[in-house]
Amino acid sequence: MSATRRVNLVATFGLLLSMAGAMATLAAIDHQRQASVPQEALYLRSSKVLRRLSLGYTGLLADVYWTRAVQYFGTQHHNGSGDFRLLAPLLEVTTELDPRLLPAYQFGANFLAPQPPNGAGQPGAALSLMKYGIEHNPDQWRLYYNLGFLYYTELKDYAGAADAFARGAKLPVTNEFMPILAARMAQHAGEFDTARMLWFTTYQSSKEPQIRQNAVEHLLALQVDEEVTRLEQVVGQYRQRTGRLPIALTDLEHAGFIHGPQNDPKGHPYQLMPDGRIEVQHPPELYFITKGLPPGATPPQPPRAAPPAAKPDSK
Amino acid sequence: MNSRIGHIAFNTFREAVRDRVLYNLIAFALLLSGAAILVGEISIDIERLVVVNLGLTAVSLFGVLIAIFIGIGLVSKEIDKRTLYTVLSRPVRRWEFVVGKFFGLTGTLVVNTFFMALGVFLALLYVAHKFEKMDLWVLGALYFIVLQFLIVCALALFFSSFSTPLMSAVFTFALFVIGNLAEDLRGFARITHGTEGWLASAIAYLVPNFSALNVVSQVAHGDSIPGRLIFYNTLYALLYSAMAIAAAVLIFQRRNLK
Amino acid sequence: MAAIEILDLEKSYLVGFWRKRPKIALRPLCLSIEEGEVFGFLGPNGAGKTTTLKLLMGLVFPTAGSARILGREMDDSWVKSQVGFLPEQPYFYDHLSARELLNYYGRLSGMPAKGRSARVEEMLGRVGLSDSAGVQLRKFSKGMLQRVGLAQAILHNPRVVFLDEPMSGLDPMGRREVRDLIQQLRHEGKTVFFSTHILSDAEALCDRVGVIHQGELRGVGAVADLTSGTKGTIEIIFYAQHVPAALTGLGADASVSGTMVNAVLPEEHQEAALEVLRRERMKLISLAPVRNSLEEYYIQKLRPTDALQADSDQESGRPEQSRKGAGA
Repeated sequence: MSATRRVNLVATFGLLLSMAGAMATLAAIDHQRQASVPQEALYLRSSKVLRRLSLGYTGLLADVYWTRAVQYFGTQHHNGSGDFRLLAPLLEVTTELDPRLLPAYQFGANFLAPQPPNGAGQPGAALSLMKYGIEHNPDQWRLYYNLGFLYYTELKDYAGAADAFARGAKLPVTNEFMPILAARMAQHAGEFDTARMLWFTTYQSSKEPQIRQNAVEHLLALQVDEEVTRLEQVVGQYRQRTGRLPIALTDLEHAGFIHGPQNDPKGHPYQLMPDGRIEVQHPPELYFITKGLPPGATPPQPPRAAPPAAKPDSK
Repeated sequence: MNSRIGHIAFNTFREAVRDRVLYNLIAFALLLSGAAILVGEISIDIERLVVVNLGLTAVSLFGVLIAIFIGIGLVSKEIDKRTLYTVLSRPVRRWEFVVGKFFGLTGTLVVNTFFMALGVFLALLYVAHKFEKMDLWVLGALYFIVLQFLIVCALALFFSSFSTPLMSAVFTFALFVIGNLAEDLRGFARITHGTEGWLASAIAYLVPNFSALNVVSQVAHGDSIPGRLIFYNTLYALLYSAMAIAAAVLIFQRRNLK
Repeated sequence: MAAIEILDLEKSYLVGFWRKRPKIALRPLCLSIEEGEVFGFLGPNGAGKTTTLKLLMGLVFPTAGSARILGREMDDSWVKSQVGFLPEQPYFYDHLSARELLNYYGRLSGMPAKGRSARVEEMLGRVGLSDSAGVQLRKFSKGMLQRVGLAQAILHNPRVVFLDEPMSGLDPMGRREVRDLIQQLRHEGKTVFFSTHILSDAEALCDRVGVIHQGELRGVGAVADLTSGTKGTIEIIFYAQHVPAALTGLGADASVSGTMVNAVLPEEHQEAALEVLRRERMKLISLAPVRNSLEEYYIQKLRPTDALQADSDQESGRPEQSRKGAGA
């Protein structure tokens, strides 16, 4: 074989070998870095520095941080790690770079406040984010809505919620439910209808898929809670009338208290327990429900990851 | 005399267009506009915001890069490589050369911006499916970006009149960066006293003010641009460019060509 | 009228990073060139030929002195339209074709649109680039660029043409063509001032030559004068294997090569030398007077004089009192 051919052969071989080696090494690096990916999402924390670095192109940088925030949340949720400590800083940087980026506030309201693994568990951060947003966008009804929503769901501060909804209702451009919600806070705060209205407004006013899904799940849970409560009331009425507990739900039907089969939103019939309580057949598939669970059980959480059933959390 | 400036300007434009560097940069900028569409998909509801932010930022930054590359390439290189000898041995005055180059350069960039802007508007149409009144202000932002290019070209020419190609590029880019922070500089100057204050003031007022010409975020949110700002910015850009060109002419007049 | 009048033109640069010292590129130069003359500016590399040309073209500004071209000051715009310039190792716009370049330059020179394209084609033909007229200049070889350079120098029919090393980068054929071109220019009555370090070209083309070395004009002379006349010696070539002793006795400077001997000796010993050959029965091949050559003149002028030796030792300092062109 001539010298040229030899060189060509060696070079080709070397090329392929080093290419394969480089890619394998890259895969190994990726594997290494996966653990530290969440930290990188933030890079720089100081928005002042960022503002300078962006050379005036703050809008774009805000968009970049916003997409990072969304992806960070999705990734962490997918991992099931329950660790969202970077979400608040990411959202804060985003809104400091562009205070008019409304979806960021929406996202913060929905996912900063709830406890892990559904959120970051930082209602305080969520509140201040909303207030910051209102300060810079005083004419955006959604922000007042978010604020009221937070007061209602996380802090159970119905007076605060009423005030927020009322302020939002006064804006020239607002959602039709705002005045109603404001009014309901006063008297019917703890009622199912109120909660339902809230979650429905959330669902209707956002195009963000994660937010909408969350709202749907809460709406279904409300439905379950409501139905379980109603059924248990009916059981009580039956007992009052007959002096004993019903054996099966059909008893209630024969007594004329209910009509037709009673199924949960997933299509499974509600179970009547010996002690008169109502339970759902498969708790794990009905997220967020507070009623219809065995005693001592906590509300099932939606599994976002491959791991099968939600673990009954030890808080 | 005027026709010579026109000839030089046209020749500069022709050289720029045939230089393939230009095409690569334009293509890249257009690609970014397309990427903006994808990015918008990740965050629902703000597609328009992202397209405008990313698109205009790309036009602005790449335009500056083009201005620097082409500007330095066409002027500094010409001086460096002695192409200039045969030009200046003709009845072409040195100042005519500088001015002609300036017009050729800015003309190139305007045409450039036109094509890149087309990309942005197409992307905008794609995500929003129709144009709205607020999109008109995107044109305003583009106009400001062109004014920005005017200043950058003038600066590139200024540095080329006495510096090597590489240093000219570095200086021009440095001034671009500083110019974007000019507002901070002026704020700093206002609160500092004594000689530092004077120095800071001098620098803060001498560096080009690019921050006022950057209205990308505003138009991304659909805000309008006040008429007075348009007027003042135009005036500023023209005056600043004139200043840089005048300085370039003065320096070039007495330069011994190597 | 003198086409080119140079009066004490001087150029020095400041070199060095911290302490700037002056470096003399051109000592005060005085030279006058008549219209229609072909003048050769001879000197080794770095002698100051290019500096002189750049000064005359206004590319570089003199430290002192002045020059007039066609009776007007250098920086007069009209002058530029009457002058053509070919720089050393020219470089042009990469992306233009030869034709486009010449058209562009024609416009800059103020050539009227009517007839300009025809003239461009003519020039392209004259320098042998008609076939490559549409090719972009970045694809041109060095020789081709040189031709373009020539074309643009004479495009607008200037009265005075300045050429810096016009033969550089050309093959023998090309050099012949350039020589012919310069001859043509001379016939057209143009003044040609060109710099070179190739003596044979200068000898063939120039009316007068000037020798410059280390920034100073060492001598100016008419070629005819410098190459006419003999030096008072003769050269004899004859068949022999050795140099006859008698010849050496006559003061001959001889050397053997193969079967021939080459001897140079004073012309008054001509008869005696021939007598030696007859005696030794050596066959004469040729006998001729040794003529002066330009090369000798050149080398002689290049030799450093004492004054200049002291100067260059010092490196800095003011130039010596100006040395006007010395005759042959």
